Amino acid sequence: MTTGTTIGTSVIRREDARLITGNATYVDDIKLLGMAHMAIVRSPHAHANILNVDVTRAANAPGVAAVFTGADIQEQLGSLPAGWVLPDMKMPNHPPIAFERVRYVGDAVAVVVAETPQAAADAVGLVDVDYEDLPAVVNAEEATQEGAPQLHDDAPGNVDFEWEVGGGDYEAASADAEVVVRQRLINQRLIPNPIEERGVVADYNRGTNQITLWTSTQIPHLVRLLFSAVTGHPEHQVRVVAPEVGGGFGCKLYIYAEEVICGVVAKILARPIKWISGRQEGYLATTHGRDHIADVEMCGNRDGTITGIKTTVYANLGAYLSTFAPGIPTVLFGFTLGGPYRMPNVSCKVYGVFTNTTPVDAYRGAGRPECTYVIERLVDMFSQEVGRDPVAVRRKNFIPRFSNGHEVSTGVTYDSGNYGPALDRALEILDYRGFREEQRAARREGRLLGVGLSSYVEICGIAPSAVAASLGAGAGLWESSTVRVHPTGKVAVYTGTSPHGQGHQTSFTQIASSELGVPLEDVEVFHGDTDKQQMGTGTFGSRSVAVGGTALYMSLQKVVEKAKRIAAHQMDVPHRQVTFENGVFYVEDIQERQMSWGDVVGEAYAAKNLPPQMEPGLEAVTFFDPENFTWPFGTHIAVVEVDPDTGETKVLRYIAVDDVGNVINPMIVDGMVHGGVAQGIGQALQEQAVYSENGQLLSGSMMDYAVPTAEDIPSYETDRTVTPTRVNPLGVKGAGETGTIACSPAVVNAAVDALSHLGVKHLDMPLTSEKMWRSVRDAKAALRAVRRERAIAGRASN
Amino acid sequence: MGHEITVTVNGKIYAGSVEPRLLLSQYLRDELNLTGTHVGCDTTSCGACSVLLNGRAVKSCNVLAVMADGSEVTTVEGLASGGEYHPIQRAFRDEHGLQCGFCTPGMMITAVDILSNNPQPTESEIRTGLRGNLCRCTGYHNIVKAVQSAAAELAS
Amino acid sequence: MTTSIASPFEYHSPETVEEASRLLSRYGGGARLLAGGHSLLPLMKLRLASPEALIDLGRIGGLSYIREDDGGLAIGAMTTYAEIVRSELAAAAAPALAEAAGEVADTPVRNAGTIGGSLAHADPAGDLPAVVLALDAELVARSARASRSIPADRFFRDFMTTALRGNEVLTEIRVPGQGASSGSAYAKLANKASHYAVVGVAAAVRVEDGVCTSARIGITGAGPHAVRSRRAERILVGKAPGESSIRAAAQRGGVELAGQFNEDVHASAEYREDMARVFTGRALAAAFERAMG
Repeated sequence: MTTGTTIGTSVIRREDARLITGNATYVDDIKLLGMAHMAIVRSPHAHANILNVDVTRAANAPGVAAVFTGADIQEQLGSLPAGWVLPDMKMPNHPPIAFERVRYVGDAVAVVVAETPQAAADAVGLVDVDYEDLPAVVNAEEATQEGAPQLHDDAPGNVDFEWEVGGGDYEAASADAEVVVRQRLINQRLIPNPIEERGVVADYNRGTNQITLWTSTQIPHLVRLLFSAVTGHPEHQVRVVAPEVGGGFGCKLYIYAEEVICGVVAKILARPIKWISGRQEGYLATTHGRDHIADVEMCGNRDGTITGIKTTVYANLGAYLSTFAPGIPTVLFGFTLGGPYRMPNVSCKVYGVFTNTTPVDAYRGAGRPECTYVIERLVDMFSQEVGRDPVAVRRKNFIPRFSNGHEVSTGVTYDSGNYGPALDRALEILDYRGFREEQRAARREGRLLGVGLSSYVEICGIAPSAVAASLGAGAGLWESSTVRVHPTGKVAVYTGTSPHGQGHQTSFTQIASSELGVPLEDVEVFHGDTDKQQMGTGTFGSRSVAVGGTALYMSLQKVVEKAKRIAAHQMDVPHRQVTFENGVFYVEDIQERQMSWGDVVGEAYAAKNLPPQMEPGLEAVTFFDPENFTWPFGTHIAVVEVDPDTGETKVLRYIAVDDVGNVINPMIVDGMVHGGVAQGIGQALQEQAVYSENGQLLSGSMMDYAVPTAEDIPSYETDRTVTPTRVNPLGVKGAGETGTIACSPAVVNAAVDALSHLGVKHLDMPLTSEKMWRSVRDAKAALRAVRRERAIAGRASN
Repeated sequence: MGHEITVTVNGKIYAGSVEPRLLLSQYLRDELNLTGTHVGCDTTSCGACSVLLNGRAVKSCNVLAVMADGSEVTTVEGLASGGEYHPIQRAFRDEHGLQCGFCTPGMMITAVDILSNNPQPTESEIRTGLRGNLCRCTGYHNIVKAVQSAAAELAS
Repeated sequence: MTTSIASPFEYHSPETVEEASRLLSRYGGGARLLAGGHSLLPLMKLRLASPEALIDLGRIGGLSYIREDDGGLAIGAMTTYAEIVRSELAAAAAPALAEAAGEVADTPVRNAGTIGGSLAHADPAGDLPAVVLALDAELVARSARASRSIPADRFFRDFMTTALRGNEVLTEIRVPGQGASSGSAYAKLANKASHYAVVGVAAAVRVEDGVCTSARIGITGAGPHAVRSRRAERILVGKAPGESSIRAAAQRGGVELAGQFNEDVHASAEYREDMARVFTGRALAAAFERAMG
């Protein structure tokens, strides 16, 4: 039995017992009586008119129960909506099964339902579709140009929206500045790759008209809401369950075509339907992330003062709007363009553009990694241009310490910050001076060693609903909890968040156990089932503990408050005199007057002697809407070595010092930092989704898309500073995304630093060995040419 | 056309008829209801489906069930014995070597294979040994620590 | 297009090579041999290959062994990579082979994939083809009626095409004794996603009285199939090994592939061309070190 607070301690995870024994239930582990299997016929063309879909052969194939085309059931399927609406944004139709035109390779054109997965797979090849091929476009900038193929009639020029944010006057600042650095930055397209691909099991009960969806999602409640909105099936007769979910990283944060199709087909056929995505299928049909083409610049003075930043971004949205797509390259990108720096002048313009590619939406960090990448690449380029150490430039421009709000030029207010100590600690772990010496020595031997920094601020704890709504969010982004104390004193916590690896069962138990003074094992956390939990929002944007944990904390306070009133009544003292500590209610100075948690809970349900007018029972519900986002920060440092012959680039050391406010479970927070950093290293060095010009995904499988392996990643050195937030009573900021948000620029800055003495100023991700080999070769050739010219000039002048 | 096979899985003998194209992963999951073995890709890349086949880790998504006829298979469900976790299970839990848990069964199986060949691997040997098992959550840091810790426990 | 379920096929598990050969003949090109399946099954799951039948060599006894043979090695075609990696005999007699086997894919794949399967599949980026070229191995092919031995440098004909006839089963790989003061090595730039070779180079050299008397270089990953790099080999023979001769040889590593270097999403032809040079140099340096160490 554990007593006292466990907040801040590394409690071993409660979810692990089932996960390490094979007893967890993921979607594909669910089998229902009479269940049929669905496979999807997908377009092999990036852009084509559908002339005819002939399902005769497929429908007659052995084991096939039904085949549906988009035209057959378009009424029932409706159109998938965007849940984030920007001013003047276009809202093109998004049929779950295409019936007139396909707009990317992987667009669904028909579904086959069969008795076995094998029969379904066989019948897919028997659906005959006639296409009329149309020209395709995959590059967001090219898609906006005249003559480019047009995807949607209602989005001329393929532009879905133009969005701006800013502050100060960047043009005036750059005109006055002594130095302006400019660069085109490509933030390449990534594939999120949770190791569990998506899947859905749908069931329909004819007697109750209830549709149940088990789906691998981060947002069961929003899936229920959107499913109902899309199909017209009443929301209270839809149950959505997120069972064990094998990772999400943002790509399970939407209403997907397959969720709608499975639910509708289950209802039509009145039998359970299962669809499980293959990996290659997922590469086409599950959202991608990033994909920005950005023209960026930073201005300032020779003394290292930065005065402004400007970005113009072509953000690739893919072929249709995914649920949160419009919010990612805009709101989650633009507002933090000042980073941790005094940045009086900010100018940001974003074009959201349709292309013939898989839809793009959030991927871990979602907009904020792209933002940090712009800032931190520019800070390094600016430092190089003014001839100052990048550490000194960062330090010089940091916003000074603040603990109760600091409004930045884009109009948002950071909650609390103290940026210097995190930088100092990271430098100390590295031994920055020592490293610079080592680097000089290495260069003399022809080795290419570099160090790169990334100091960041992120916008997390999503989100204050009114603010989010004013920026386009289509749903409130509060979070909910119910604390239900059972008559035996055991505690059930119901949270509207929906974890997929984050360990909520442990962290939330720690919060409840600490507040109620009950042992950890007396608390159970329930999530991910819309029939069990009150309406909730979900898990994304580093929000679960900051918003959902706070909702829990507030419910616990309500429960304690009621319990204290019961105790006071029982002990016959005014309730203000009752103190509750470590599971005991007592009255100060009167030793004999005390009641245990169990006694008071028992009274709450026995209801034989409750205070007048008090309802029996002990349960509380909270919907918590934060007043502000939270703003974690920190500094990451990467050390890389580039092989001058092959270009292979290896991260030798990785140091992460983060400040996420207070921490509930350090082990879990460290683990999330580790995972985020690996994804950041993946983006920096090796991951990229590549399309051919005609829209074929060339990196279409795990044989071609390089998810980092254990071999590609170093051990990490992590530490924390602690600057609590006042946005929530727990003082927590959120820790799920710091790694990806901070990491990539640190690695790229390190690689550029490794080659800087050769004259290299910028490298686009991913830093594949070929790219680095080419950079080294070209830089050396350029240096030789300069030397040759100098020699010739020297001879000429003699 | 069905083929009769007999396979011993986690010490229990199973006999049945399978279609040739049925993969060992599908046989374990769909026929035997041993769903602890997960499938994360279709290219033998991710390693989530790793099981021990006659004592050696293999990716069960790339073995036909008929090929396993007469073999002994150990899945994640068979790692613990006598109500006691296998040291690798304990190490993954204690070192926080898992988050979403989807890659974990395959990761532990490969780790068991690595340690059976090389009881005291270096960090670099562990990392190379695990390169056929992808994890997207942990960044591998704590997985490596877990394997080190299991190695130490097995040695003592 | 997105299925991970193979098309239906018939399955046979013959108990002799002769029976396997007869089955091959019976299907007249419609059947494929299954030798571990780590190259073939992934293609079938993606329906990039849909053979009418699979003939599993896994039940044929006596195809899995590594033994000393006339000063060299005889390796059964169904020997797994892992068995080669663990073999002290292989490590001593043909370090390049053990090294390359250890570089193939990953731990679980090496437990199931076989040397014969890899060679017969002849993936242009497979590791083993370069090694059998460098070690001057002979590949034994048997049909129901005959047996013949194919020199490695006549085995790889084109993209995924070998000298094996439709009814032949690759049964054994014979690596000749490399002689005293010889050394071999394999060096590889791996594709980070698949761990296949972007470029892989195997080198086998012999040094007698301070002079290189024999050098063979096999290159994989770079072109449509694995090839010997004879122009580089010629530079070395008759000279005292050293940095300058290795550098000169490396400069010619892969010149045989001029105009044929692979170009794909992972690497350009230009990069592969240069990596053929770099890894020729690395493999040679390691091989000479072993020969002279």
